[in-house]
Order: sequence, then structure tokens, then C-alpha cells
Amino acid sequence: MMAFLKKYEGLWLFVHSPAAIIAAAVAMVIIFGAVFASGIALVDPYDLASFSLFDGLLPPVWQEGANPKYLLGTDDQGRDMISSILYGARVSLIIGLSALAIAAFLGVGLGLAAGYYGGRFDIIVMRIADVQLALPAILTALLIDGIARGLLPQSIQQDLRVAVLTLAIAMSLWVNFARTARASTFVEMNKEYVHAAIMMGQRPSRVMFVHILPNVLGPLLVIMTVDLASAILLEATLSFLGIGLPADSPSLGTLIRIGMQFLLSGEWWILWIPTIVLVALVVSINILGDFLRDIFNPRLR
Amino acid sequence: MLSIKGLTVKFPSRFGDFTAIEDVHMTIKPGEIHGLVGESGAGKSTVGAAVIGLLQSPGYVAGGTISLGETDLQSLTFAQAHELRGDRISMIFQDPQTSLNPLMTIEDQLIETIQAHSDVSEATARKQAVDLLEEIGIQDASARIKAYPHQFSGGMRQRVVIALAICTDPDLIIADEPTTALDVAVQSQVLDLIQRLAQERQIAFMLITHDIGVIAQVADRVTVMRNGHVMESGETAQVLGTPKNAYTISLIDAVPPLDRKIDRFHVPKEDGIASAQGNMAERWLLEGQRHDLTGLSVENLTVAFEGPRTSLFCKPPTYVALNDVSLNIKPGSIMGLVGESGSGKSTLAKVITGLVTPQKGVMNLGGAALPAGKSRSRHHLSRQLVQMVFQDPYSSLNSRHRVGDILAETLWFYGFIKDPTERKNMAASMLSLVGMPPDAITKYPHQFSGGQRQRIAVARALLARPRFLICDEPTSALDVSIQAEILNLLKDLQAKFGLTILFISHNLAVVRQMADDTAVLRNGKIEEVNNTEALYENPQHEYTKSLLAQTPVMPPSWGA
Repeated sequence: MMAFLKKYEGLWLFVHSPAAIIAAAVAMVIIFGAVFASGIALVDPYDLASFSLFDGLLPPVWQEGANPKYLLGTDDQGRDMISSILYGARVSLIIGLSALAIAAFLGVGLGLAAGYYGGRFDIIVMRIADVQLALPAILTALLIDGIARGLLPQSIQQDLRVAVLTLAIAMSLWVNFARTARASTFVEMNKEYVHAAIMMGQRPSRVMFVHILPNVLGPLLVIMTVDLASAILLEATLSFLGIGLPADSPSLGTLIRIGMQFLLSGEWWILWIPTIVLVALVVSINILGDFLRDIFNPRLR
Repeated sequence: MLSIKGLTVKFPSRFGDFTAIEDVHMTIKPGEIHGLVGESGAGKSTVGAAVIGLLQSPGYVAGGTISLGETDLQSLTFAQAHELRGDRISMIFQDPQTSLNPLMTIEDQLIETIQAHSDVSEATARKQAVDLLEEIGIQDASARIKAYPHQFSGGMRQRVVIALAICTDPDLIIADEPTTALDVAVQSQVLDLIQRLAQERQIAFMLITHDIGVIAQVADRVTVMRNGHVMESGETAQVLGTPKNAYTISLIDAVPPLDRKIDRFHVPKEDGIASAQGNMAERWLLEGQRHDLTGLSVENLTVAFEGPRTSLFCKPPTYVALNDVSLNIKPGSIMGLVGESGSGKSTLAKVITGLVTPQKGVMNLGGAALPAGKSRSRHHLSRQLVQMVFQDPYSSLNSRHRVGDILAETLWFYGFIKDPTERKNMAASMLSLVGMPPDAITKYPHQFSGGQRQRIAVARALLARPRFLICDEPTSALDVSIQAEILNLLKDLQAKFGLTILFISHNLAVVRQMADDTAVLRNGKIEEVNNTEALYENPQHEYTKSLLAQTPVMPPSWGA
């Protein structure tokens, strides 16, 4: 009954929260477009043969001199803006989600173990986390990027750009997961069902992942949504600064960096449209994260 | 004085209005203590909240009148009602830990309250406050008044809460479970104080409690409630001595008597509880009794915990939870362990189950040494032979697992049954054995009441084929009628399967009904161990005597 009510309650709150509905709709449209980019997009921005320079710098349809084929105009290479954005969003989401997965796996694992074992292990993990927090995310990312450039042979560097970027972002996000998982685990450790499991002589890993983890999942899910937005932003920032993805496989951040050149030359759409899409995506995910937090924390209602 | 007529309180929800209490009548005269008794969910607290005008939003009074003297409480404006609260009606809450502001001294809290209701100077208010504290029995009040709440013990804190309630000289005090969080010694002092204030100051008390013993001890009149309805009301001696209502009778029957041992509790109708079946589980358990009756003895156990670290350079102070405890639990018997909160009862349970490592001492389970704490391997036989039923059935079952999975896990873990379907069947059969419908295996723990969850917890313990069961306050979170059911169940199972049980409780009456032998624990030391009958009839130790004397009971003349 309670579970049903809770589910029902969440749905009810959702239906009565216009912000959450709009955010979900915006996020769904962008994510849907990104997933099915190859089917929807007019041109393939990675395939030089599919677009032509003659179509370059066309404005969006509501401006004079536009080609109705390209709804939001084209960039200097003649690439359709919509297509670039869909492919760019796909890259952004792939990096964001994989970074999130790595961060969650690492953070939740370490956090659970720190909360379970306590003592010295807890102190070590948490001090590492503190050090990590003291370094700004961008600095961490730059560091990992720099190390990768120095260590990896030139030939495979291009292929591993995505992996390096993902790892860099993951390293700056795992702390959130570790701290939350640890704090929640401390609370659960005082509950009698955990005592019962330990008393039976169950393996620590089983107690942690089978018994404690399902009970601390709520706050972790909230962090996941909020951190997904952070991951996407971080990727965009790094790409914008030029240490992310190269121009031939652009993410949203790369598109914005390219657009910067046209900021004052009249072709505003090349900068502004990807920027608006990025902001819309991040803000929607954040709103959804806040909404989830409200559901999981009845006191904030 | 206070007169409640036809009071109905409703809570609107999306599924229609929920009626919390309906058509409640009650009058309380000055100087009278009116007990309001009932099980959880009976609507006792809602009556109190409605009278003082602090119904939890969105609850509202849907009908009836409440008047205090000439004042109709319903017709007051918000400001008038605010003025009246504290001035003419005060409240005493259950938990003195949270009802005082930890950041203000007792003095500031008292002066603040006095000045809020009467126009006096701070010096006068302070003098009044000191007088008041002396009146309620706080010695050296003029010095103690400067203290913060945490510097007082629980009983002292509750006295301060009472002082706050009476400092404005109210006509009516609503006391919502005022002694539930207190130990018996402190409880009896607080009850004495309430009784004295009612007589001397002619204050009317509405005493809300679930404890019939408390009512019997202090209340002049009593109202019995169930599911928001008044079942019976009248003079305490008459209602409790010769109850007329069927519910009142069953409620009184379920209260364990302190002065004698009864074989079984009368349980009214076992609402929704299937009568015990589960032949398959029963046969399986009997078949698993390869081990004989298993006793347990502990010798010279000492456990000390590190306190909070006060300095970086010296060792934190230690707190001795168990001090040289020796106890011998005979095979097949039930050993009762009684003591106040903080006496180390639960610590002993944790030492036996290996959760806490003692500094000193040896344990012996069924003739073989039992390794303590961390030195006990995960595969040690005792992990299966010793099982535990916990105090709080709300946290002892993993709320994210289905009941069937919780039960089957035990079978899987000890490798008793390899086949998943058979495990499910055995779990279902075990549920019938403890009086639960077998289809409960597909549900989640939160879909059950506290009593049902405790049955599930018992089933989980049994599925390990234990020989030694630790019951740590297994019924203190439950209503008395549910408590009676669970105690009956434990007795039956013990007799059927020859379990040895360590039964921990703060409730002396319950232990008398359950235990063959009883040990009294205080501040980590065992004060007295004896055969239960001998200990209750002829206590040797002063502490045992005072515990027995202070436990509120019904006078035997009422002959429940």
C-alpha cells in the first residue's frame, strides 16, 4: 500500500508541477533527437560529402536569405545547424552518461565500504575525497588530459580523446557519490536488519550491496541527475577551452567554441543556437533532479 | 471545567476525509486526573491536540464543542487561542529530550514563558521560577536554574517541562505520554508529582497514555478509546475493576500482571491472524534438532566503549557498559534480563551475537567455547545456532526486500535447502507456523503492522534452525494486545522446539510471565540472579525491591 501510494504520490506531484513537466519534455526532445540523430538529421556532420560549402552561413528560416531546407541555418562549412546540434548533443550525452557511470560506480563502492568498515579505511578514502574536492573540476580534467597527452603515443591519442575526457570528468564527480553513500551507510549501519545480516556471518560485500545499497539508493539517484547536468557542462567547458573534442567530431561545447568566432560578425546563430540547446538541456536535468529530491525527501514538500 | 461534547476531528486527504475521532464526550473537573488510554491509532493524542488547538494541519474539527469553564474554545480567534495556550491550557510532551530548547538555560526558558503570560519584571519572574523549581522537587534550585537542559537527567528534565507547564498557573494540563520515555524509578516520581500538583493546585490533567498501569496508579477517571471512538468511560476503579465493554476487558486481560504468573495471555480475537499451522515447517524444524538443548554461559564479561575524544593528546575516556558479568543460562530455559535503559542489556546481546568484542571474559555455548567478537569466523556454527529477534520490527527487516526473499535468504545462506522453489514453500510454511498468512511472502515489510512484522522476524530467526534465541525487547514497540500475542507465540515455540531463550526487557511484568530465571542488571553489573518466582516473591537486593515497588500495577483488589 505504501509503495503504491509513494509511486502514486510521485506521479501526482509530477502532474501538479508544471516546471517538472516542461523540463521533462525539453529533456526528452533533446535526448530523443540525440539518440536518433542519424535518422533525423538532414546531413551527417562527420561526412564531408554530405554537405557543401555553397550552403555556408545561411541564416535561420525567419531571416532574410535563408534556405527553408535548413531550418536553423548552416555554419561556415555549410553544415546544417540542427544536424550538428543533434550529433553534438549525442556526443555530449554519451560522455556525460559514461562519466556518470564511472563516477557512480567508483564513488558508491568506496562510499559504501567507507561507511561499512569505518575506522582507518574510512579516513583514508575520505581524505582522498577531500583532496579531490580541493582541486577544481577543470583542473582535475586538465591534469588527466595533460598526463594522457604525455603518456600515450600520438597515434592513438585521437582515438582515446573520448575516453580521456570521460575519465577526467568522472574523476571530478565521484566524490559526491562517495560522500552521500558513506553518510547514508552510516545511518543504515545502526539499523537492525544490517545487524541481522552481519550476525548471520554474511560476506561484507553481500551486506553492502544486497542489503544496504537498495536502502541508500534514493539520495544517490538524485545526485545522479544533478551530476549528469554537471558532467555535460564540464564536457562543454573542456571542449570550449579546446582540450576536449576536436572540431571534426564536435560536441555541444565544441560547437559553441566554433561559434565564438562568429559572435561579432553577424552570424549569431552559429554560437547562440547550440548554446541555448546546452542551457535548456542542463537546466531541464537540474529541475528534474530537484524534483526527484523533493519526492525522496518528504520534509521538503 | 473542561467539557468536550460530540467532538469529531477529520483529516482531509485526496481519498476523501479520514475521521480520526468521532463523537468524543469527556468532562474533566479541576484537580481531577483524567486518563485517556488506548492503543496506537486510537486517537488519544488527537483529542489532546484538538483541545489545545494544535491539530496538525490539515486536520480540522468537524463537529462538537470544547469548552473550558465558560469559554467556548471553538469560537476563539487565532490571537485569543494563542493567548489561551500556555495561560490556561498547558502541555507536557513525551520526550523531555526534545521539548526543551537545548541552547537556552532552564532559567531563560522559564522566565520567557512567565513573562509571555504575565506582565512582571525579570527579577520577579526569576524568583517565581526558582520557587517553582523548588516546588516540583529540584534541590538547590537557585543554582541549578542556570544549567542547560543537557545537564539534567531525563527525570529532572521532565520535571522542568512540568514546571514550564505550570508556571502560568493553568486550569488544564494535557500530558501526552509524559512518562513513556522514562525508566520506572523516574516514572513513579513524575507520576507522584503530577498527582500532587493536581491536588494542591487544583489543576485538571488530561493524561494520555497507552499504559494501563500508569492509569491505575494516578487517574481518577478514565476514558478508553479505540479507532477514534470512546469505548468506555468512568471512575478508574470501576472501569478497570469491573469493565463492561468487551474491548476494555480484552485490553485489561492483555496486560501482563506483575504479582503472579499466568500460563497464557487471553488474546481476544486474533484479528487477521491465521491460527498456527505450517506442519511442513514444524516437521523440518524438529528434524533439524540434531543438537541437544543448548545452554549458554558467560563469565567475567567486561565491555568498555571509548567515549568521545576530548583532546588530541590523551586517550578518550572509556565508558564501561558491562562490568564483570557472569551468567549461566540453563539448556532449554528462558532467562529474563531486566534493567533500566543504559544498564547494558543490549550490549550483552551484542556480545553474545559477536557484534561487540568484549575486553575480557569467556563465553561458552552448549559446552563448547564461543569465540568472542571479531575472532568468531563467519562460518562458525554459532552463527546459525544463535539467532536474534530485535526490538524494532520496523528496522529489523530490510524494507527493500520482499518478505519471501528475507526468509528464503536464511535458508539459502545456511545451505539448508538448495532448490529456490522449495525455499519459498518452506518460508510460506514457516509463516503459517508463526500465525501469518503464507501469501505474505510476496509482499514488502511495510505492508504489515508492527505485530505482524515481529512475527516475520521470529520466522526468520526460526528458519536458521536455532537452538538459542535472543529476544531483545521484542514487544516494547508493540501495543499490549499485540504484545500478548507475540509473547504467547514465543512461549509456544519455545515449548515445541526446546529453544533456550535470553529474554531482554525493561518490563518486569512481561519477564515474570516469560522467564524461568531472571537476572537484574544495573550499570553493567548483575545485581541479582534467581529463579523468577523466588526473585519476584522474595527479592534480595535493594535495587530489585525498588524496581518491583515502582512498577505501576493495578491494585489486586480490582481483580482483573
